[in-house]
Amino acid sequence: MPEPQPYDPAIAGTGAGGAMDLAISEGSSLDGGPGGLPKDPSEKARSLWSDALRDLRRNPVFIISGLIILFLLIISLWPSLITSGNPLKADLSKAQQGSSPGHPFGYDPQGRDVYTRVVYGTRTSVTVGVCATLGVAIVGSFLGALAGFFGGWWDSILSRISDIFFGIPVVLGGLVFLSVVTGSTVWPVIGFMILLGWPQIARIARGSVITVKQNDFVQAARALGASNSRMMLRHVAPNAVAPVIVVATIALGTYISLEATLSYLGVGLKEPAVSWGIDISAASNYMRNAPHMVLYPAGALALTVLAFIMLGDAVRDALDPKLR
Amino acid sequence: MRGATHAKWTACAVVVALAATACGGGGDSGSGGSDGVVSSSWGDPQNPLEPANTNEVQGGKVLDMVFRGLKRYDPKTGEAKDMLAEKIETTDSTNFTITVKPGWTFSNGEKVTAKSFVDAWNYGALLKNSQKNAYFFEYIDGYDKVHPVSGTASEPSLSGLKVTGDLTFTVKLNQKFSTFPDTLGYAAYAPLPKAFFDDHAAWLAKPIGNGPYTIDSYTKGSKMSLRKWADYPGDDKAQNGGVDLKVYTDNNTAYTDLIAGNLDLVDDVPASQLKNVKSDLGDRYLNTPAGIIQTLAFPFYDSDWNTAGAVKVRKGLSMAINREQITDTIFQKTRTPATDWTSPVLGADGGFKEGLCGDGCTYNAAEAKKLITEGGGIPGGQLKIGYNADTGSHKEWVDAVCNSINNALGNDKACVGDPTGTFADFRNKIGQNKMTGPFRAGWQMDYPLIQNFLQPLYYTNASSNDGKWSNAEFDKLVDQANAETDKAKAVSLFQQAEGVLRDQMGAIPLWYQNGSAGYSTKVSNVTLNPFSVPVYNEIKVN
Amino acid sequence: MGRYVIRRLLQMIPVFFGATLLIFLMVNVMGDPIAGLCGDKACDPATAAQLSKEYGLDKPVWQQYLTYMGNVFTGDFGTAFNGQKVTELMASAFPVTIRLTIVAIVFEVVIGISLGVVTGLRRGRPIDTLVLILTLVVIAIPTFVTGLMLQLVLGVQWKIISPSVSSEAPFNELIIPGLVLASVSLAYVTRLTRTSIAENARADYVRTAVAKGLPRFRIITRHLLRNSLIPVVTFIGTDIGALMGGAIVTERIFNIHGVGFQLYQGILRQSTQTVVGFVTILVLVFLLANLIVDLLYAVLDPRIRYA
Repeated sequence: MPEPQPYDPAIAGTGAGGAMDLAISEGSSLDGGPGGLPKDPSEKARSLWSDALRDLRRNPVFIISGLIILFLLIISLWPSLITSGNPLKADLSKAQQGSSPGHPFGYDPQGRDVYTRVVYGTRTSVTVGVCATLGVAIVGSFLGALAGFFGGWWDSILSRISDIFFGIPVVLGGLVFLSVVTGSTVWPVIGFMILLGWPQIARIARGSVITVKQNDFVQAARALGASNSRMMLRHVAPNAVAPVIVVATIALGTYISLEATLSYLGVGLKEPAVSWGIDISAASNYMRNAPHMVLYPAGALALTVLAFIMLGDAVRDALDPKLR
Repeated sequence: MRGATHAKWTACAVVVALAATACGGGGDSGSGGSDGVVSSSWGDPQNPLEPANTNEVQGGKVLDMVFRGLKRYDPKTGEAKDMLAEKIETTDSTNFTITVKPGWTFSNGEKVTAKSFVDAWNYGALLKNSQKNAYFFEYIDGYDKVHPVSGTASEPSLSGLKVTGDLTFTVKLNQKFSTFPDTLGYAAYAPLPKAFFDDHAAWLAKPIGNGPYTIDSYTKGSKMSLRKWADYPGDDKAQNGGVDLKVYTDNNTAYTDLIAGNLDLVDDVPASQLKNVKSDLGDRYLNTPAGIIQTLAFPFYDSDWNTAGAVKVRKGLSMAINREQITDTIFQKTRTPATDWTSPVLGADGGFKEGLCGDGCTYNAAEAKKLITEGGGIPGGQLKIGYNADTGSHKEWVDAVCNSINNALGNDKACVGDPTGTFADFRNKIGQNKMTGPFRAGWQMDYPLIQNFLQPLYYTNASSNDGKWSNAEFDKLVDQANAETDKAKAVSLFQQAEGVLRDQMGAIPLWYQNGSAGYSTKVSNVTLNPFSVPVYNEIKVN
Repeated sequence: MGRYVIRRLLQMIPVFFGATLLIFLMVNVMGDPIAGLCGDKACDPATAAQLSKEYGLDKPVWQQYLTYMGNVFTGDFGTAFNGQKVTELMASAFPVTIRLTIVAIVFEVVIGISLGVVTGLRRGRPIDTLVLILTLVVIAIPTFVTGLMLQLVLGVQWKIISPSVSSEAPFNELIIPGLVLASVSLAYVTRLTRTSIAENARADYVRTAVAKGLPRFRIITRHLLRNSLIPVVTFIGTDIGALMGGAIVTERIFNIHGVGFQLYQGILRQSTQTVVGFVTILVLVFLLANLIVDLLYAVLDPRIRYA
């Protein structure tokens, strides 16, 4: 069997190989799993990424999730399509009341219509969730992949920086970075989430890349003289992306909630901003008496997370050649 | 890997075992009668428990049990009654001769003498000791020497305090202050034993006082056990064996512990649970007026708010707030709509005058809109009500106030809440005159006098005049009232001053805060005093 | 290996200084904390100045930092605003939080990985869907609400737990709080395990193992799980610090006086000494956890070696 070629400076320089688990080395030596390499020579020209795209279009999970996301997008852009109400109109005398004709989801603690607020909250919440997740995923996986792929000083410096960022408590970070922002746009909030969120994805991506780059197909590509960037994009990334997708799709939901935490601290979005997170957190105290005020916006949040988890699953499956 | 598999199963077994023991949990209940111990919710005091350094309710609770001063405010009426004071005499409202009752001791046996008071007051006033209530001694002669505005103290003690006998001392004030004796019930004026000065650290770890309870044990941050002091010389002896104060980080948890039967008394029922109080506690729920008023102050240093027209705007805003509905819905009647700038706990004789605010505090959307338009509209076009996000849940009522104003004006965005992250930051903004709109202001009385509701808040440059409101007529009436020795006349002068405040709408009164408490079936005779602190010594354990 | 560990431990030194300086500056940027000490009243200027002097806040920031660090090396982490030593706060908060974190991690490992394996092997089956729904619930409903509901049902109605944890906080009282604290992380661990398992279940070495006729349980634990654990272990490693420092909500609901609560209080009251002290310890925990995770990589995948 081929001895793995350590090109990681952190790994390079070892004389004798460590004790190897027989089962694993046996498995990998027998089949060598060139997972990323196409089996049919005629398909050679097509990259794994375009393969994946073709797979996706046939996957019903992808189609359903795509439809939900499209729906959320339309609601975000034109909330008045499905509601004629005013999300800011408050009638305190109706506070916490359950559903009534014309107000299917009832009223919130301030006597505002929950249905209208759920619809109008979509824009903020989906924007925060999606943009923060994308930002964190891009920054995090890029830095994490660098650390994992090159190892050595890259790894030391990037990992130690991420350790320091891990140490910043969200509450402190929010109060420091966001208290100077007075506008009511979502972008400072999203920027803040990326600033504090990237180390987690970076750690996951780094771990994943460290594992994947040990694989024989990566070593083979290297032996064939592939450039670093080519190896990263063609061979490492597609095989290392699964854990990143999983963490990112779940994180999407937590970012939507985090937005509310920041508002609660007085540093996030300010009134009269409408978002699911703000409504959920405002209603949480009343769970015992009026659970509907929590459950409807939470349901919308769950639907969004579901759509993205399904999307993530579909993308991951499409990128996994073993599932073809 | 076999080892790891094993470890996993062991972990499972441990979890199961732990779950089983968790099922065996349960509250313990002490014995009843006069030996029974009351368990009560508590919040971690924010300052060391020195009398002149405690400025919030949680530390105040302990001081109220462990100390007795010259006067004590009657738990029911709030009237200042002699406690350790035999008599307090004056002829000119400036020089007072105080005689301490004989027979009082601290719980360590040391006699309470005139010196115990004078030393304690000098300690509280001296700048070096950085006591947060030092300003309570500011009316005593020589305060400017021991507590200069800048630099270090030039005198170690107040020249206005003189021990004239074992049990007598004199106080010379730097101005006329006829109701000074009535302020002496405040904890800052408590006597201190020698142990406080000799071994300060030990005293702080386990304070010693002269009240009906002694501190049995104190674990900072989690629990304080107080026990009845059997030899307490006063006539307000503890009716129970002691009180265990348990620190809760959240009043909701304390409430849940109460209904689960693990706690006897919660003195702050969370607003979100108020709807359940009847079903959870039946009539074991108290909702009584406390000496706390909440207002909206205005930044009078901002020229936009200090115009002639702004008076109409302020009055209009006040009339646009549906106090009735907000106190009913958001606060579930634990607040009462305010109709003056004092508190019902003062009583009519003490200066509370229901309806003094008149139309200005009555909801009238149409009139409100008219007045605001006449006054030139809201300065800046949008009203931003400032509050701090970290303590209390101010967001809810601020939003409700804004919604009420928005509805009255027919504009969704006429008013918005404007939170500041931390209380310190909020106070800094106020202190540095950086507020741009009205902001929340709360006042918890130090002593039940109408003077305390007006002078510190609205007198020109007074210590808590956060909005920097200033009115010569108001100041003149307050000065006259302070010099007046006849109480009824003084009260009437203060009310005239309050009238000036009303005509200028110097601050919008919102509501009077009640004290709320719930208790278990194990205890009875639970009441709250006008400071919304439970009267612990009167609680009986069944 | 030994050299690698030593090198990593040495890297803690710059991180320690970097983290303390960063946090120190951040708390400082928040402004003057003195104004918050006098309740709803303004502090009188003389007292405020005196307090400033007492806490060393009248000095320039760099000097404050140097003094602070000097004190830290003599074991003095300063004093919180309520007059308590920060070391005292740490001594009472960390043991409780460590126990709570252990409970949460045990839940993550035991429940999370088990559910992940089951759902990974049974993709698309009812059990997989059920777990997905639970995942969504956990993400969408705030911990605050789930915690409160569990407290009401288990603590008040069924009376099988005490709604609040006693100040000693033994392990048996921390089971439900630990579960609540772990709930969101459980979602991550389950889905990470599920994905890895699903991916590796088709790997050649598993097919080989099956072909060799090895017992199913042995294949799952020895081959499949071991090769699937790297992302899970990575996640749990990053989660330890988050669980320790960020348990604010859980600690609040169950009245646990732990690190999250102290840190939160410290931040809101802008107490540099409390915040820097606690965060420094947390950063050291992160560093150790990450080191252990990196060493576990080599155990789980022997092809990964460290010099």
